[in-house]
Amino acid sequence: MNRAETAVTFRGSTKSAFLRFFEHREVLGTLFVLPAILLLGIFLAYPFFFGVWLSFTDTIIGGRGRYIGWTNYRSLLQDSLFWLTTRNTFLYTIVAVWLKLAMGLALALILNRLVRFKGLLRAIVLLPWIVPTAFSAIAFWWMYDSTFSPISWVLLKAGWISQRIDFLGDPNLARASVIVANVWRGVPFFAIGLLAGLQTIEPSLIEAAAIDGAGLWQRFWHVTLPLVMPLLVIVTTFSTIWTFSDFQLVYIITRGGPANATHLYGTLAYQRAIQGGQFGEGAAISNFIFPILFMGAVISLLYVKREE
Amino acid sequence: MSRRLAARLVFIHLPLLGFMLFLLFPFYWMLITSLKPDAELYNLHLNPLWIQAPTLDHLRHLLFQTHFPRWLWNTMFISIASTVLSLGSSLLAAYAIQRLRFRGSASLGIAIFLSYLVPPTILFIPLAAVIFHLKLWDTPWALILSYPTFLIPFCTWLLMGYFKSIPKELEECAMIDGATRFQVFYRIILPVCLPGVFSAMIFAFTLSWNEFLYALAFTSDTLNKTVPVGVVTELVSGDVYHWGPLMAGALLGSVPVALIYSFFVEHYVAGLTGAMKG
Repeated sequence: MNRAETAVTFRGSTKSAFLRFFEHREVLGTLFVLPAILLLGIFLAYPFFFGVWLSFTDTIIGGRGRYIGWTNYRSLLQDSLFWLTTRNTFLYTIVAVWLKLAMGLALALILNRLVRFKGLLRAIVLLPWIVPTAFSAIAFWWMYDSTFSPISWVLLKAGWISQRIDFLGDPNLARASVIVANVWRGVPFFAIGLLAGLQTIEPSLIEAAAIDGAGLWQRFWHVTLPLVMPLLVIVTTFSTIWTFSDFQLVYIITRGGPANATHLYGTLAYQRAIQGGQFGEGAAISNFIFPILFMGAVISLLYVKREE
Repeated sequence: MSRRLAARLVFIHLPLLGFMLFLLFPFYWMLITSLKPDAELYNLHLNPLWIQAPTLDHLRHLLFQTHFPRWLWNTMFISIASTVLSLGSSLLAAYAIQRLRFRGSASLGIAIFLSYLVPPTILFIPLAAVIFHLKLWDTPWALILSYPTFLIPFCTWLLMGYFKSIPKELEECAMIDGATRFQVFYRIILPVCLPGVFSAMIFAFTLSWNEFLYALAFTSDTLNKTVPVGVVTELVSGDVYHWGPLMAGALLGSVPVALIYSFFVEHYVAGLTGAMKG
């Protein structure tokens, strides 16, 4: 950069002092990041810390609150619905992420082996991730209808069940139903992300392993998997944060029901804060997402450092 | 080599068929419901997977008897405004962080990457309070100014990756020829990075179009809603679900995004994978 710097000063005689001031790296740099910093400062950084403060107050919607210490957290820990929500959130995240990982990896491996229609199929695979989730959620809601579900219809016709399934009427079935919808929406992200990693693997590496007598499974386990591992870790980390903090699918498909049995932290926080007006308590519920966010941030940082 | 073919069928084609059925069925169900007359929709004796007499009634109802066109317009306006705002800020920020290397630029880059991880579920309650105090509640500006919280981190990170790949010599040559830094940015960096800028733009537009939680929490008047929120909250009246119009709304609301997507699949793939690279 030094060479350029001298060049500018050398020719600088033709530039006014005003222009030269803005040529300065520190000045121009600060000026350039200012819009982004302002927007992120007011609407991201400030609310981020303000949310922590809110959770220690009794703020209600549109009002000003008093500091009340750990009261919100204490009352949540004595709230059986909060514990059920905690269990749901972990169950939802663990089951859905594992399924997405397994299915996404399988789909990526399949797409990578295709010769024809590769582009078209990749475009179709990414579709569930591109279409607004609110809309696909409504489609799932309708697919899970207790009377008109096409899934029930097919199973009835096949003779596998004797009466229609009430997908969203039973707590466990409802949990499984929202997990399926989440897997549907998330598999594309895993598949396309991992496919990008698979495509960078030198075919000669796999061939070399094959010549050395490695079977299909050994080649996958000892060559392919270690090579895509960094990408696998980052994709899983991103997805874990998103799944843990999910809101839309549960809000639209079950509204947290039946009888509050499928709430996640996100939907419970919404119910308490926006519908119930209890901002302090709602903020306390959302703050339980922090540990996962923190872990995700550490893993991502290690990944970024490694890439550099 | 028929054993090889059989293996391909079992390990590749059959599982692929299963995946495609799983991934595409909800779209098929959406389409078929939106074209079915109510008489067929709620008749248990018919095959639900097929239509006897397709109709455009639901679509007509949606377009002329609901506020759907208004929601489309709102979503379009909000998405374009927040995309322009975020893309502009991100371009300048990414260039400054990656190329001007001012004091603290490296840590700022990391901070922006980390802010990308913060989920809206953590932010929406305190953000609602901020929006309320700024008197933006229930206005399009509430959303135009909240969406940059996820658009700027995403776009900046993506563009930083692109800027990194441009050789420094390109800038230096221009500066030796007497160009100012701003001219370098505008005349040289931007044109070279156009594909990256375009990826960031359509991705940002898609993310804004699809956003749900902020739009749900920060608007309340029917006329201020976006398509996803309007369809979910307004087309369900009481206990009667209008499944036809609901599915027609879902389908039609996905069209703008699906259309852009079909033309620029490569840019979406680039956006998805680019955001994970350093």
